[in-house]
Amino acid sequence: MKSRYAVCALALAAAACGNSEPPCEGPNGPCIEIDPGPDAQTRAQEALINAMDGDIILFNKGTFDLTLGLSLDVAGVTIRGRGMDKTILSFKNQTDGAEGILVTADNFTIEEIAVEDTVGDAIKVEGADGVTFRRTRAEWTDGPQSSNGGYGLYPVQCQHVLIEGSVARGASDSGIYVGQSQYVIVRDSRADNNVAGIEIENTSDADVHGNTSTNNTGGILVFNLPGLQRERGDRCRIFDNDIYDNSTDNFAPAGNIVGNVPRGTGIAVMAGHSVEIFGNRIRDNGTVNLGIISYLTLMLDYSDANYDPYSDTIYIHDNTFSGGGDQPMGGLGFLVVQALTTIMPAPILVPDIVEDGYVDPELAVGGQLPADYKTCIQNNGDADYASLDVPNDYASVSLDLAAHDCSHPALPEVVLPGSN
Amino acid sequence: MRVGAVLAAALGLSAACGGGGSGGPDAGDPNAEVCPVAAGDGVSFDPAADPCRWLSRYRFFVSTDLATLTANDRVVPYDLNTPLFSDYAWKSRFIYLADGQTMTYDDTDSFSLPEGAVILKTFSYPDDMRQPDGPIRHIETRLLIHRNDGWEGLPYVWNDDQADARLSVAGAQEHISWIHSDGSQRDVDYVVPNKNQCKQCHEEAVDVLGPIGPKARHINRDLDYGAGPENQLTHFADLGMLTGAPADPADAPRDAVFDDDATGTVDQRARAWLDINCAHCHNPGGAARVSGLDLRSAQTTPYDFGICKTPVAAGPGSGGLQYDIVPGDPDHSILVYRIDSTDPAVMMPELGRHVVHEEGVALIRDWIAAMPADPCLAPAPAPATR
Repeated sequence: MKSRYAVCALALAAAACGNSEPPCEGPNGPCIEIDPGPDAQTRAQEALINAMDGDIILFNKGTFDLTLGLSLDVAGVTIRGRGMDKTILSFKNQTDGAEGILVTADNFTIEEIAVEDTVGDAIKVEGADGVTFRRTRAEWTDGPQSSNGGYGLYPVQCQHVLIEGSVARGASDSGIYVGQSQYVIVRDSRADNNVAGIEIENTSDADVHGNTSTNNTGGILVFNLPGLQRERGDRCRIFDNDIYDNSTDNFAPAGNIVGNVPRGTGIAVMAGHSVEIFGNRIRDNGTVNLGIISYLTLMLDYSDANYDPYSDTIYIHDNTFSGGGDQPMGGLGFLVVQALTTIMPAPILVPDIVEDGYVDPELAVGGQLPADYKTCIQNNGDADYASLDVPNDYASVSLDLAAHDCSHPALPEVVLPGSN
Repeated sequence: MRVGAVLAAALGLSAACGGGGSGGPDAGDPNAEVCPVAAGDGVSFDPAADPCRWLSRYRFFVSTDLATLTANDRVVPYDLNTPLFSDYAWKSRFIYLADGQTMTYDDTDSFSLPEGAVILKTFSYPDDMRQPDGPIRHIETRLLIHRNDGWEGLPYVWNDDQADARLSVAGAQEHISWIHSDGSQRDVDYVVPNKNQCKQCHEEAVDVLGPIGPKARHINRDLDYGAGPENQLTHFADLGMLTGAPADPADAPRDAVFDDDATGTVDQRARAWLDINCAHCHNPGGAARVSGLDLRSAQTTPYDFGICKTPVAAGPGSGGLQYDIVPGDPDHSILVYRIDSTDPAVMMPELGRHVVHEEGVALIRDWIAAMPADPCLAPAPAPATR
């Protein structure tokens, strides 16, 4: 035993004999292994540049102290670690690069690895078709700080995106953020201590299920924003998630849209189109468990003729709600309290499901959304409801849940090639 | 120290000169050459071959004293009206076209360059910027090569003794000091971008790497090629290296020189500065397309170039501000906040800058301050009161 260790030390070949990890093989043969150490930065970046389609670049166990962002522009490459608590890419001393890892190539997989303390976003994948994040952790280890990077797991303008078994923690914008993308699954993941836990933005055909989102400022957001190339997101299913106690103070730097999300938001839909929310367990979110609003409620200027700022075709069914609504915060919390004060005595307990009352004038008939587009709410136990009539200065605030006893056709399941 | 550097460089050079006969890469010697060398004295460049490990090998420059950057035949220098700011580095630019090859003029987009074309840009710091003819040190030379399957960027990092530059696909970091034009001592931790990062700037269409500089509006200007000032478009055309350009350069677009108010208004100079410093990413096909902010000088819709536009994914880059540009109010404009920062989480551009371009920031501040004031508030339709 003893002599074997001595040989290892002499050979400086930790990968060869210093650990008992299983061998790593990919379609192109042995994985390209990177060990922690002073030259890991250069070796990792060279490996990413020289990689070929099908290569697996394996970061072995340990903490990699990286000072520059890594980037990958070769299709079909996998970045793999030895487990998201065993292989840690630490960017605590990062001096350059706006993200930890930037990927601009198709058919990318990252798995079993952690990316910590990047100055900007943790893992950004831009413009790729085929993206998998599997058992990957993005974290800022000092907890919620406005100086933390914006996004943890961050595919943008991508297609066919799978995020599963992953963790995002501490992002000053969104832990798991999918922007301007199509065909997306986010499942069995955990987001905590972010401003937004999971955010689906300007994205179509997204399934978000089996996730836990807690201790964020807001749990799960489905937003459409103006001024972007992918202007409109349609069809998002949020189901079978646990969304509770999102009670972290909003620590987003002002000027970011999520800075408007009040502490204690469970699910928020803003300018969402065809959003089906079902089978979730939503509780103890102090401002509101589930809010449906228009972008207009934010009172922000925009100039984008193609943008539809209104939510429509929202279907909320078979969820379990409990607690929450007892500590409305922020601008939206203020607005909710103001509106409800017109019809109920203090102290206000915010209903589980709240709409701001903006109605898309292009869809409206007689000032109301017709059956095909209205908000439908069914089978949510004893969940209560309010519509605030913000556009008319709360002139007709309504608690009439029965008016929303309707259904929409179930949205189709998102199916990604090679994943089920 | 000095001896060691010279020795290392000498070894590097001898490897570069002697590697041709070995018949392929020598895995045991990282300095061994891997690219073929052509006979004769002309440029030795084969767009289908592996990249050379040493810059001298290509003979783009007359190689007896590489550091003078003395151009070989068919390697023609040019300059830009308003250049990209790169930590105050001085740059020299060349285009190489093989015998008989030409590039094709375009009014707005980059000229169309043939396969086999190479654009070379060398980044250098003089010891003292007040003495342009004094000692100067090259840091890196970037090659942008038009291969048969598209453009490829390659960074070459110069040796300490300036005898040659070595291919360094992973980039490099180097601490640089110089005496600035105002006489002050300046320092920067200069970062040579890695090969992948080429695409982060040189991607003006989605997934297509390409040149940025050779556009009419940037290179429509004079340069002294040895016989007094001469228009660059005319010079390239006279050499037979450019076709389709207007006979009179006055008929071609021409961007302002950002720091020369004889060349344009504040608006023209600011838009020229934003175009070259930002629009390589902030255009509808560039890496920053996801932000919706388009900073090309050709973009005329105010919202699209940032007027009262909210950011999308700014994170800490918002600086607590709401809008990219608040007309009349540079202090509340995210654009100014980000170009005036050196925090990697905040600064723009994200790459290639580690100190603030003070003159550029001053120009952008002046530009925004001169706009008719608008606080950018209420939304357009259905204003709500509360």
